[in-house]
Amino acid sequence: MAAGMKKTEMPEQDAKKRSKNFSEVASGYTPEMAAEEAARCLNCKTRPCVAGCPVNVNIPDFIRQIKAGDVEEAYRIIRGTNSLPSVCGRVCPQESQCESKCVRGVKGEPVGIGRLERFAADWHMSHSSERETPVPSNGHKVAVVGSGPSGLTCAGDLAKLGYQVTVFEALHKPGGVLVYGIPEFRLPKNIVSEEIKNLTDMGVTVLTDVVIGRTVSVDELFEDGFEAVFIGSGAGLPTFMHIPGENLNGVLSANEFLTRVNLMKSYDPKYKTPVLAGKGIAVVGGGNVAMDAARSALRLGFETVYILYRRSMEEMPARHEEVEHALAEGVQFRLLAEPVRFIGDENGWLKAAECIQMELGEPDASGRRRPVPKEGSEFLLDIDTAVIAVGTSPNPLIRNTTKGLDTNRKGCIVVSDESGATSREGVFAGGDAVSGAATVILAMGAGKKAAEAIHQYIQSRGKK
Amino acid sequence: MYRIVKKRVLNPSVVLMEIEAPMVARKAEPGQFIILRIDEFGERIPLTVADFDREKGTVTIIFQLVGTTTKQLSALEEGDALVDFVGPLGVASHLEGLKKVAVVGGGVGCAIAYPQAKKLHALGAQVDVIAGFRNRELIILEEEFAKVATRFFCTTDDGSNGNKGFVTDVLRGLIEEGAAYDAVIAIGPLVMMRAVSELTRPYGIRTVVSMNPIMIDGTGMCGGCRLTVGGETKFACVDGPEFDGHQVDFDEAIRRGRVFASQEKESLREHECRLMKGVQ
Ligand SMILES: Cc1cc2nc3c(=O)[nH]c(=O)nc-3n(C[C@H](O)[C@H](O)[C@H](O)COP(=O)(O)OP(=O)(O)OC[C@H]3O[C@@H](n4cnc5c(N)ncnc54)[C@H](O)[C@@H]3O)c2cc1C
Ligand SMILES: Cc1cc2nc3c(=O)[nH]c(=O)nc-3n(C[C@H](O)[C@H](O)[C@H](O)COP(=O)(O)OP(=O)(O)OC[C@H]3O[C@@H](n4cnc5c(N)ncnc54)[C@H](O)[C@@H]3O)c2cc1C
Ligand code: SF4
Ligand code: SF4
Ligand code: FES
Repeated sequence: MAAGMKKTEMPEQDAKKRSKNFSEVASGYTPEMAAEEAARCLNCKTRPCVAGCPVNVNIPDFIRQIKAGDVEEAYRIIRGTNSLPSVCGRVCPQESQCESKCVRGVKGEPVGIGRLERFAADWHMSHSSERETPVPSNGHKVAVVGSGPSGLTCAGDLAKLGYQVTVFEALHKPGGVLVYGIPEFRLPKNIVSEEIKNLTDMGVTVLTDVVIGRTVSVDELFEDGFEAVFIGSGAGLPTFMHIPGENLNGVLSANEFLTRVNLMKSYDPKYKTPVLAGKGIAVVGGGNVAMDAARSALRLGFETVYILYRRSMEEMPARHEEVEHALAEGVQFRLLAEPVRFIGDENGWLKAAECIQMELGEPDASGRRRPVPKEGSEFLLDIDTAVIAVGTSPNPLIRNTTKGLDTNRKGCIVVSDESGATSREGVFAGGDAVSGAATVILAMGAGKKAAEAIHQYIQSRGKK
Repeated sequence: MYRIVKKRVLNPSVVLMEIEAPMVARKAEPGQFIILRIDEFGERIPLTVADFDREKGTVTIIFQLVGTTTKQLSALEEGDALVDFVGPLGVASHLEGLKKVAVVGGGVGCAIAYPQAKKLHALGAQVDVIAGFRNRELIILEEEFAKVATRFFCTTDDGSNGNKGFVTDVLRGLIEEGAAYDAVIAIGPLVMMRAVSELTRPYGIRTVVSMNPIMIDGTGMCGGCRLTVGGETKFACVDGPEFDGHQVDFDEAIRRGRVFASQEKESLREHECRLMKGVQ
């Protein structure tokens, strides 16, 4: 039987219905669908897909196990290099990573590697009662700052080597962007807490409510007996646009909006979190963050939801799938447009955004065509809420309280090489704190490399 | 979990609690604050560190019952515990080098002003404390202030303690009498801090105010706490909460404080309904 040119479809909630609830959009493959999709894999000897994965998941092998019906073994293979498969299977930009290299993609669609990865991980979660167990301690203590994907991966890899790892998290729940940023309908939070439980089962201590730089400084961590510190504090500082009216009531950062929705669960009446509920909302930006904010707004009951993006659909950095979902659910895209001023009513509440139309000029430093405002093209958008999702950068708290830690002009921690070693002895860093806002899998890759480097560092110190 | 080791009702709407939080107590300084959450479903609310005991590992908070969370908190007793208590957040006050200071507190703001007066006193400064309340029933921390103040003035809006007037009246009198202050520290409702800042502006006296915008994370992540200070956007949780009163855009801050006003009222109504049902 010749396998189809197209990926096996993954069932999804109907767009109308899902735009009103926070349940997961896609429900995942059934075993039959997984078998059908796995059959499309050609098991290429040269394994081009593996090279496209930042953590080198052994793709042909795990897919072969799914074909053979041993899903648990498939999971084990993935887990060998990727500690958060149920997360990556859902949120990795597969189209530009593993799947972009798949030979099936030359003619037709690539193998649905992400979907199969998700299937194997979900299968394991619902079928296996096997729990992680702690490795005997080697007596060395390591501190991890931040519980996002980079910190969790670093902690997990070190725990496997017998290190006593403590993860310090500023917020009340561990998970980083996976819990406060990415919405429930894309990444159910029980999946994240399950992954964190794996870590604590391995003997990792997770301390929430600890802000490094305030509650404890990096120097004090060393005084307290930690031999190395990994900084995976992310890029959580919101960028504002610095245009008139930005401090009006009703204008907020994507971080604030998404934190209220995801971390504080304002959509769930059991929680006391208030949330801005209104009629018209504009989300400024074109990345995953903007899509998540816009789609959350629909689910909160906003009647009109706009995305304002200053370039065109082609330059949009969000994943293609996210844009498709947003369109299907009813988000209205105003492309080549940017707000220049927010206008308030007599009580200081946002009532409109004055926007300007753009056209694309010459490519800029990023290689994308630079948007240029078209004179006289101003128009008004009636909205009562605006969400600014134009980017984030690393929070200055740690660099301001850690002597000798070099950072660059953008506030990112400078590392000497892939190992994540910083200018401070014993301090390693990775993830968005080093790269600026990037992806889950890259943050995990950095956490993994740093764990190896920390292991080497502590071992070589022990020999001195 | 963070245990409540002591609870004292200071007046019908202000409660003091001492909370076991050794990591916070180890680092806390006057001017800083904490964020707490009572239970899994609760909001994160910021409260100032009113006092701390590094040895016992406790932090004191003093809060006014204004809405759902503070009312729910006031219903807890010694031995109960909070799920979250994170801090110390914000920048500590810079009190070193000050010789002569007026500390002005309004209402529950006195609780925030008290640790500052105490530290200034310990640093050997001359500290005039001016505390204002709406009426006699609401007066708090009188004895504590008396111990650390060089001169202590307590006023009530209605004169029920025999001393009618606003804190600004007392401050104006003292300045005009010639009290040459290095600094005025004003903590209380926004309108009061604005009034004090306007009063001191023509005299060129450095005036420090403690801002209390709506916050979520308290670490610079959400930007919800932003204020305009000297024409620039600042995040109160990491750049403050103390700022130069002559630079703060108070009108904007007052407006931003009302973002959730209608939902807060609704939430409080629901909370009280639930309480009523519990009683029946
Ligand atoms: C809304 C949104 C949607 C996204 N969608 C996708 C997607 O679909 N696919 C994808 O691959 N990527 C996506 N990303 C990007 C991805 O989530 C990040 O690149 C990734 O989470 C970075 O991981 P990290 O470990 O470096 O940091 P983070 O996940 O940011 O975690 C950092 C953690 O450190 C904590 N912290 C910070 N400072 C301190 C301190 N001083 N003390 C203690 N703790 C501290 C923070 O509270 C946080 O929990 C998205 C990001 C956002 C915001
Ligand atoms: C840095 C800082 C320090 C503070 N210190 C103290 C203190 O020591 N003692 C004290 O009694 N209060 C203090 N506050 C104010 C306190 O946080 C609020 O009173 C509390 O959050 C109200 O919560 P609620 O659920 O009881 O009331 P809500 O129902 O949330 O609100 C009732 C009223 O309080 C205002 N309010 C709501 N949320 C906040 C918030 N996060 N910050 C400020 N005002 C808010 C609302 O505008 C409304 O008028 C401080 C605030 C900040 C930002
Ligand atoms: S981790 Fe991400 S990039 Fe790697 S195989 Fe899985 S989905 Fe593809
Ligand atoms: S490149 Fe595609 S077809 Fe070939 S092994 Fe990888 S997933 Fe299978
Ligand atoms: S409270 Fe979120 S940035 Fe200040």
